[in-house]
Amino acid sequence: MHSSEVAQQLKADATLEISNLDVFFGQGMERLQAVKDVSFSVAKGGSFGLVGESGSGKSTVLRTISGLVGDWKGTININGKSMDYRRDRAFYKTIQMVFQDPYASLHPRHTIDRTLSEPLILHGVGDRDDRVDQALLDVGLGTAFRFRYPHQLSGGQRQRVAIARALMLEPEIMLLDEPTSALDVSVQAEILNLLADLRQNKNLTYLLVTHNLAVVAHMCEDIAVMNRGEIVEVMSVETMRKAEPQHPYTRELLLASEGYVPE
Amino acid sequence: MTESTNNSPSVTDSSNLRAWLTTETPRSRFQAKMTQLYSGWQSLRSNPLALVGFLILVILILVAVFAPFLATHGPSEQNLAMRLAPPGSDGYLLGSDEFGRDIWSRIIFGSRITLMIVVLVACTAPVFGLLVGTVAGYLGGWPDMVLMRITDIFLAFPRLVLALAFVAALGAGIENAILAISLTAWPPYARIARAETLTIRNADYISAIQLQGAGSLRIITGHIWPMCMSSIIVRVTLDMAGIILTAAGLGFLGLGAQPPMPEWGAMISAGRKFLLDHWWVATMPGLAIFIVSLGFNLLGDGLRDILDPKGEQS
Repeated sequence: MHSSEVAQQLKADATLEISNLDVFFGQGMERLQAVKDVSFSVAKGGSFGLVGESGSGKSTVLRTISGLVGDWKGTININGKSMDYRRDRAFYKTIQMVFQDPYASLHPRHTIDRTLSEPLILHGVGDRDDRVDQALLDVGLGTAFRFRYPHQLSGGQRQRVAIARALMLEPEIMLLDEPTSALDVSVQAEILNLLADLRQNKNLTYLLVTHNLAVVAHMCEDIAVMNRGEIVEVMSVETMRKAEPQHPYTRELLLASEGYVPE
Repeated sequence: MTESTNNSPSVTDSSNLRAWLTTETPRSRFQAKMTQLYSGWQSLRSNPLALVGFLILVILILVAVFAPFLATHGPSEQNLAMRLAPPGSDGYLLGSDEFGRDIWSRIIFGSRITLMIVVLVACTAPVFGLLVGTVAGYLGGWPDMVLMRITDIFLAFPRLVLALAFVAALGAGIENAILAISLTAWPPYARIARAETLTIRNADYISAIQLQGAGSLRIITGHIWPMCMSSIIVRVTLDMAGIILTAAGLGFLGLGAQPPMPEWGAMISAGRKFLLDHWWVATMPGLAIFIVSLGFNLLGDGLRDILDPKGEQS
């Protein structure tokens, strides 16, 4: 079949490979399986979308990959290296994350300068002043923003800072956790275009989580649809565009999203 | 004030300085700090009661610094011919005590002791409580259990009784009294700090710094402490009145400052014997304690409004 061929091909030069991932929350009797047997792979330079409704476990997959969730089974391979429960320093220079809510992801008492400098300090990177200025320019903010506090910035500007922070360590893989869902519609497009440009310029690999099918259609080449902690279907964006997915849940999701479009 | 080199170097008049302090786009770390401080000062100024409290504390500090110039007598200078002189009598503004010592001068010099108590307690108990609370809250698990049970044990003792026990064990004296107060004052700060930590440890900005590979120590001191600071500072200023009163109480019981130190609590204790016939001996130091405690309470109330992060949004 066509899609499985694509999957095989992807696997060959995969940068990020997840197989048989189970994630649990809670302990003892209340232990709950949030993610069941999830497998997918993202090729180097590719962009992979994880779609599903709220509570489907898609954000949990991201947090598990980033090492923020501890209780998991399965294999997470990054650049061919299997991940342990504890992550080493090199890991943080390979993978970074952009969070959903820019109002909660920047420390309210730190200046933008401090937020962006800290990863450089932590990893002993030199010429910090230039790098911080360059990062602000890269995400379309001027250097005038450098010594401001987050409360002096709009939501879109904050998300640009969050993107800049994720890029400070020059990672290869970016985990994007609904990067636009907390923003105004007019700002959403700006941020998506910024992310698309950055991906091209810096040759990044994206793993994007969203519930918005229009966003994945714009940003990704391949999509996995999640429901109740399981992947129900992996397909290419072309398949989705032609509205010929195999699984009934995916068709439902597509139909629901079309309900938005004014005819 | 040092000017930023990037800014126009000819900042001389106050309107330029104000513009420099209120700018939306600070040019340096220093300027960013100063604009924050300035906006804090602006909100303090708009709160008259807090400003009164702040002024009382400034006056306390000035009095302590310039005590030798303000006092008319030495704090232990006796003049038995003039014992128990009423307020306003020749050379004795607030009267004299049973040894003919000038009460005004003793209160002035006593402000140094009060300030020392305040500073030492404020530098030890809240810092220790903050450390215990944030470590317990951030790490969770067994460190949380152990640290918070120790906190509970300290909380279960009545404060003055525990302080009494410490002073009794270590010997009477102002240093031991301060140590005893600090040892009994930290548990509430640990509780507050832990509660604050629990609400922010799962915040995205903490996850973000974890994702950059920061260690627990760096996260606690650099990212969690700044968020706990405002509630701790407010609590400290509100507690300061109680701490001054506890120190005065220990002095009153004879377990704090020893004679002839002009500690306000000890002065009230000495004046107790003459309270009916010579009211001023105990009342004047009592008034001093009252004014300083009131100052701290007013400032604490005001700071709660100023530092409350929810208030910042509006």
